[in-house]
Amino acid sequence: MKAFVSHKGMVGPMDLANVDTDMIIPKQFLKSIKRSGFGPYLFDEMRYLDEGWYGKDCSTRPLNPDFALNQARYQGISILLARDNFGCGSSREHAPWALDDYGIRAIIAPSFADIFYNNCFKNGMLPIILDKAIVDRLFTEVAATEGYTLNIDLQAQTIVTPSGETIAFDIDAFRKQCLLEGLDEIGLTLKVADKIHQFEKQHMLAQPWMFGAIK
Amino acid sequence: MAGKTLYDKLWDAHLVETRDDGTALLYIDRHIIHEVTSPQAFEGLRLANRKPWRVDSNIATPDHNVPTDFNERKGGISTIVDETSRIQVQTLDDNCDEFGIREFKINDIGQGIVHVIGPELGVTLPGATVVCGDSHTATHGAFGCLAHGIGTSEVEHVLATQCLVTAKMKNMLVKVDGDLGPGVTAKDVILAIIGKIGTSGGAGYAIEFGGSTLGQLSMEGRMTICNMAIEAGARVGLVGVDDKTIEYIRGARFAPTGETWDKAAAYWQTLQSDDDAKFDAVVELNAADIEPHVSWGTSPDMVVPISGFVPRPEDQADATRQKGYQRALDYMGLKGGIPVTDIMIDKVFIGSCTNSRIEDLRAAAAIAKGRKVAGTIKKVYVVPGSHLVKIQAEKEGLDKIFIEAGMDWREPGCSMCLAMNSDILGRGEHCASTSNRNFEGRQGPGGRTHLMSPAMAAAAAIAGHIVDVRELA
Ligand code: SF4
Repeated sequence: MKAFVSHKGMVGPMDLANVDTDMIIPKQFLKSIKRSGFGPYLFDEMRYLDEGWYGKDCSTRPLNPDFALNQARYQGISILLARDNFGCGSSREHAPWALDDYGIRAIIAPSFADIFYNNCFKNGMLPIILDKAIVDRLFTEVAATEGYTLNIDLQAQTIVTPSGETIAFDIDAFRKQCLLEGLDEIGLTLKVADKIHQFEKQHMLAQPWMFGAIK
Repeated sequence: MAGKTLYDKLWDAHLVETRDDGTALLYIDRHIIHEVTSPQAFEGLRLANRKPWRVDSNIATPDHNVPTDFNERKGGISTIVDETSRIQVQTLDDNCDEFGIREFKINDIGQGIVHVIGPELGVTLPGATVVCGDSHTATHGAFGCLAHGIGTSEVEHVLATQCLVTAKMKNMLVKVDGDLGPGVTAKDVILAIIGKIGTSGGAGYAIEFGGSTLGQLSMEGRMTICNMAIEAGARVGLVGVDDKTIEYIRGARFAPTGETWDKAAAYWQTLQSDDDAKFDAVVELNAADIEPHVSWGTSPDMVVPISGFVPRPEDQADATRQKGYQRALDYMGLKGGIPVTDIMIDKVFIGSCTNSRIEDLRAAAAIAKGRKVAGTIKKVYVVPGSHLVKIQAEKEGLDKIFIEAGMDWREPGCSMCLAMNSDILGRGEHCASTSNRNFEGRQGPGGRTHLMSPAMAAAAAIAGHIVDVRELA
């Protein structure tokens, strides 16, 4: 998994509460066999005026001019500013996969849906919870300043705004460590690879028939 | 100190480490892979530049999505009509080739439903930990295995680390004693158990099925019972090892041979719960009380004995149950209070990882022999669980019996158990099905599933409605 230590990037607004996973990536894309390549379909129903399906060429699709992230000034964003209960709905990991593929590295919101919040960490993305009042102010600042950029430092647990203001945020120590080191669950387990090898050796002596039979 | 349960023994024999948060790393001996829950896991390996930890612990086959119609099947992947299905099956082939995983491809002799081929190929061995990205993996517990169904991220985790992160469950013993009456099968036993403890009765437990009835059952019957542990809420179901277990494995393709076999078999003989083992919960049933069972509603615990009636919501004690029953009746298009034998059937499905093994097909054929499917029945799908089952059935002439009775003899796969391909129920159609789930829409949008044994399903096909198989036998 990608590590997240610090990140400086442009911010885009998703000014809607209760954005559910079906809005993030609609169900017709779940038939896909991939976990990458969902970026062009992120927010598909809001983003385009026509109906999308997996594999459809998005370069010629009619864009919804009312969808903020379609504006030229938000192209190339890597931080998403969102509202309450972002990522609610199903447990599909396709939602963080789509955001990641789009280029999002961090999401800032007053609250997140539980499973989505967990899934972000599994995919090397940082969800940041800030006070509603601060999020409100960030929305205003983003709207007022083209190219609005934030500087996120996970080690220090701070966000620095263009004006130099520093905003602190909370994060669970274990999760922070995993992100800093780029450790996913697999990475964590592989940290004790020696133990697994050791167990395997013993196990091979005890039950040799479990090894080498399937060819 | 109290003795250990079989689950405790299997757990201890595979424990790599216990973590501070109460979870544990469990070493996995066997990982069975199919086309639907594996593609993103392989993609994950690729993106992270990881390799499978131990290739020789894995086996793969496509089953969920493969067509079971002869013509659509005969050209292999190339003749699959639905593009999404075709790509999914092709992707499994590509991934297995890339990572060097042994796969039985769509028309290979070893292909079949994951939970049918594991045991018949000797991939599933007593004492093993077995995982698969499918919730009916508990089936393998019939061999004294610790078998878990897992999700896609866990599939990737097992591929990469050979371990599963999991927490220890509590122990439940479901004890069935006595002789089953004529026409009463393993399917009726498990439906009766689910009817008794409910769909969440086994939540948080590993259920061991024991008692003299289990000892009398064949391995096929034990698999049918463990298969549906998940419908009682338990991720794990198991049965202790006896001579039948070992005989089933003997001579299987990947089973040990010679001296290794002797050593293995000696160890396997020790795989039972100790006499003084302590279970956290015990449920007892008397085999003689169990009648053939059928489900009337949209949850596997909505079952009644064949002599019973579709329940009336107003007779239920609490309001939540009343509401649930009413919703189920509305969906099923049924009225409370009618005898279950009044329920008319449109289609019949004999198959799935619950009931598609040779013994199941023999039981269905015994009823179908010399009879004809009722004129009101639109279609009867008989779908063997694997190529090996199909070949054996054809050797015994079962295919001819089914065809002569007016049934459809098909190619192996999951088929109408989950209706991912064109084997599907129409809206409002009632199906006598030997599968394991009767959820709304499981066999097709608006489809109405009645779970029962293979003999009962064959009998329903002949009668055109739900019927007591003992009247036909
Ligand atoms: S037969 Fe049904 S329950 Fe069994 S593995 Fe296939 S889809 Fe799952």
